[in-house]
Amino acid sequence: MTTLSPGLIWLLVVLIGVGTFLIRVSFLALIGRVERVPDWGTRILRLIPAAVMSAIAAPALTHATGAFDLASERFFAGIIAAVVAWKTKNVVATLAAGMAALWILQALA
Amino acid sequence: MHSRRQAFWSGVVDIAPILIGVLPFGIIAGVVAVEAGLHTVQAIAVSSIVFAGASQLAAIDLIGRDAAPVLIVLTALVINSRMAIYSAALAPELRGLGRLRTVLAAYLMTDQAFAVSINRYHQSREDLDLRFAYYFGAAISLWITWQIATVVGVVVGGGVPPEWSLDFAVPLVFIALIFPAVKDRGTAVAAIAAAIAASSFTSIPLHLGLLAAATVGIGAGVAAERAR
Repeated sequence: MTTLSPGLIWLLVVLIGVGTFLIRVSFLALIGRVERVPDWGTRILRLIPAAVMSAIAAPALTHATGAFDLASERFFAGIIAAVVAWKTKNVVATLAAGMAALWILQALA
Repeated sequence: MHSRRQAFWSGVVDIAPILIGVLPFGIIAGVVAVEAGLHTVQAIAVSSIVFAGASQLAAIDLIGRDAAPVLIVLTALVINSRMAIYSAALAPELRGLGRLRTVLAAYLMTDQAFAVSINRYHQSREDLDLRFAYYFGAAISLWITWQIATVVGVVVGGGVPPEWSLDFAVPLVFIALIFPAVKDRGTAVAAIAAAIAASSFTSIPLHLGLLAAATVGIGAGVAAERAR
């Protein structure tokens, strides 16, 4: 549970919303002035999703109990989900496999 | 007029299968917003103000853990920076839309609407009105689905017992998003390096480890592409 004030949360949400809109509108609005992203920019931008997604997911698996722990139920369930995600590239299947694996492992523990 | 409507509905039909995957993602975004301590109105408003799932989940996760405000905004915007590529790729296709339709196209931009639209534009040459109608059909379908899903999540959110460990759905969604983002050697190296770095950086204060790890991943990815 957050202790940030509701006013501050509103401010954060609006800032993220405005910033995201500016990213989205960027080249649509600039047309005629800047035609395309420079190559080095494209190269970095296309690496960002893979890097950020796995930077978010990894600690939730390796540090599920608070400290580094590769024997936790969440680590195993996450590995199973990753295999399903890799094979199917399907969000629903990944969620179902990961949650089911976690519940089974927790029931067995 | 008739064909504009047809183009709109083609967009709706083409994105429909993707929407099935968006539903649980949106429900989770609603549930975790409530669990993180957002008020009901806030939890629902995030989806229309931001309307970008991965960044919403990451920001809500950080809000729930009382991360530094600057870092919350920065993390969300880094996640959404990929949409600059979509904006650049769509710009020549949607050139000449008036201000209102440009704003609508930007606000409704998502990975999915971009993907189906650019695919369509590469397959057939249509005039601008039809291109926009198709994009709008796909994009607005996703918007409506996302709003309904988050409202459902917010409504059921408080009622989910903690034993269900539904918070685990957050890393699961990100795991599901990693693999479509890994397209070649550079992106694969970026993902692996970022994962190792993130797990090593957990003691860095203010949750700065996430952005530091992403930077390491991007650096490794660039290096891997250079080395080829």
